Amino acid sequence: MLYRENGQFKTTYAADQQIFTIAQDKWFVLGIVAFAFLAVPMLADEYMFRAILIPFLILSLAALGVNLLVGYCGQITLGAGAFMAVGAYAAYNFLIRIDGMPLIGALLLGGLTSAGMGILFGIPSLRVRGLYLAVATLAAQFFCDWAFLRIKWFTNDSSSGSVSVSDLSVFGWVIDSPAEKYLFCLGFIVVFAVIAKNMTRATIGRQWMAIRDMDVAAEVIGIRPMYAKLSAFAVSSFFVGVAGALWGFVHLGSWEPAAFSVDRSFQLLFMVIIGGLGSILGSFVGAAFIVILPIFLNQFLPALGGLLGLHISTAAVSHAELIIFGSLIVFFLIVEPHGLARLWAIAKEKLRLWPFPH
Amino acid sequence: MSRKIGDVILDLQNISLRFGGVKALTDISFDIREHEVRAIIGPNGAGKSSMLNVINGVYHPQEGKIFYRGAERKKMEPHMAASTGIARTFQNIALFKGMSVLDNIMTGRTLKMKSNMLLQAMWFGPAQKEELAHRRKVEEIIDFLEIQHIRKTPVGRLPYGLQKRVDLGRALAMEPQILLLDEPMAGMNVEEKQDMCRFILDVNDQFGTTIVLIEHDMGVVMDISDRVVVLDYGKKIGDGLPDEVRSSPEVIKAYLGAGH
Ligand SMILES: Nc1ncnc2c1ncn2[C@@H]1O[C@H](COP(=O)(O)OP(=O)(O)O)[C@@H](O)[C@H]1O
Ligand SMILES: [Mg+2]
Repeated sequence: MLYRENGQFKTTYAADQQIFTIAQDKWFVLGIVAFAFLAVPMLADEYMFRAILIPFLILSLAALGVNLLVGYCGQITLGAGAFMAVGAYAAYNFLIRIDGMPLIGALLLGGLTSAGMGILFGIPSLRVRGLYLAVATLAAQFFCDWAFLRIKWFTNDSSSGSVSVSDLSVFGWVIDSPAEKYLFCLGFIVVFAVIAKNMTRATIGRQWMAIRDMDVAAEVIGIRPMYAKLSAFAVSSFFVGVAGALWGFVHLGSWEPAAFSVDRSFQLLFMVIIGGLGSILGSFVGAAFIVILPIFLNQFLPALGGLLGLHISTAAVSHAELIIFGSLIVFFLIVEPHGLARLWAIAKEKLRLWPFPH
Repeated sequence: MSRKIGDVILDLQNISLRFGGVKALTDISFDIREHEVRAIIGPNGAGKSSMLNVINGVYHPQEGKIFYRGAERKKMEPHMAASTGIARTFQNIALFKGMSVLDNIMTGRTLKMKSNMLLQAMWFGPAQKEELAHRRKVEEIIDFLEIQHIRKTPVGRLPYGLQKRVDLGRALAMEPQILLLDEPMAGMNVEEKQDMCRFILDVNDQFGTTIVLIEHDMGVVMDISDRVVVLDYGKKIGDGLPDEVRSSPEVIKAYLGAGH
């Protein structure tokens, strides 16, 4: 079937406000979700789950959160790693300190704590923007790095600052095999992606984008900058916090503050720049790209070197990785700020008109 | 015209506004009556846009008082002015570039949308109903401005004349009591100007919206405004019916004489 909206007339505004206005898009995405739930658990092996799929899902969730703030509301953040840490440590404390705290409850409370921190560290955005805001959010990062290393209460007095969580279970479902962990994360990410989509097509999302595109005009039509900006910080930090908690609980199992360092903050920012600012799909694409590229290069470059009779060291591979990220980021920032998702959208637009482009 | 001009809705008294050493407005007083089309004219840099910014709270004058419907208005932020029913369009188009025409106009409904964020996140019940109700209203505006064919287009891709129209649509979506228009016809060709004039008059006539209009085209001003204020170097040099203003020697010297 051709990809186009011809013949798919919308007779009500409700139909026109669906998430996917083109039927093919809807079936495509539903197909992917069904595949992810039903087929992937049977196809993937343990390595796939541990090294690729689970990190990809959790980082997608974090990238989605960062994208809501940076891509939709236009506020820069270099503190995403810190909010992951807040989510993880807060969830940990809720779990161990409150008897009978269910896993999902702890994860969500971790997210809420992170949302509170997000509001606090978002306050500077009411006065400053750009570079100054970046520095303020970086302060959040350093503050959290310090707090989780030095304030022993947060880590339940463990001497190294390392904590661990075991025996994950939800309503009697024990989550221990990699496939189960994958499904658990997948459930979260699907729900959160739908939430993100709903918010960005509702009035709150329009307020964020209005502030991003032209803040004076936004204020003049009645948008309160404080509400719009702080709600973006809160929602974004909630997403990132839940991702952080999943990262600690499900992916790592045991972790220390270094797991959420400033490197993680930059990595998340790169994901949304490469994937596409202001695009839900872009958050997934960016996360996939950044998770898969190093693995791909690790396999591919030595093999390529082998063919050419060269020996390529691991150091060279990791350099190649940095070079590729660096050039892609420069490319996307200058040429296509809407990232891979935008390139995909352009391709679709061409396809919609194909074969008669005029 | 069937509409009847009412009482004073906005009364500006002795407004002075400075930016450092620059006196943008000096001791300006005038009033705006309900349902009228009130034009502000004057050469570039006269302080016209600054005047609108004072009215909708973007600038805070150092001196002067503003009475809105008889009550003195406290210093207020733009979004509060918006919530009292004051909308505006911009001299340099200030649309939300990354959003479609439809979404741009929908932002004008923000103040009227009350459902909380959680319901929006679920796209559920009241939130969805509200979204649809406002969508209907926005579609009326889209029909009114004859821009149905571009409703899904990102505004950045539109030609200038249409962007001006969307800017008007976004302000209209607020269903304002007072609509401030900052050079809505600047840079348009004759046909586009005629369309814009028609829209402005229709808004005034059908919805009774009070209109404050900054415009350089004297023909347009004489045609559609009820009363005219003339500014020059931040001072008021004329105020009255279009014909009175046109024949005032001071105005002719300062404004009409200068190449217009
Ligand atoms: N934000 C501002 N900062 C400094 N000076 C300003 C600002 N806004 C306006 N002005 C000055 O105020 C004067 C009036 O400007 P403006 O109101 O834009 O005039 P007009 O709209 O009549 O062309 C000009 O001298 C302008 O430079
Ligand atoms: Mg001006």
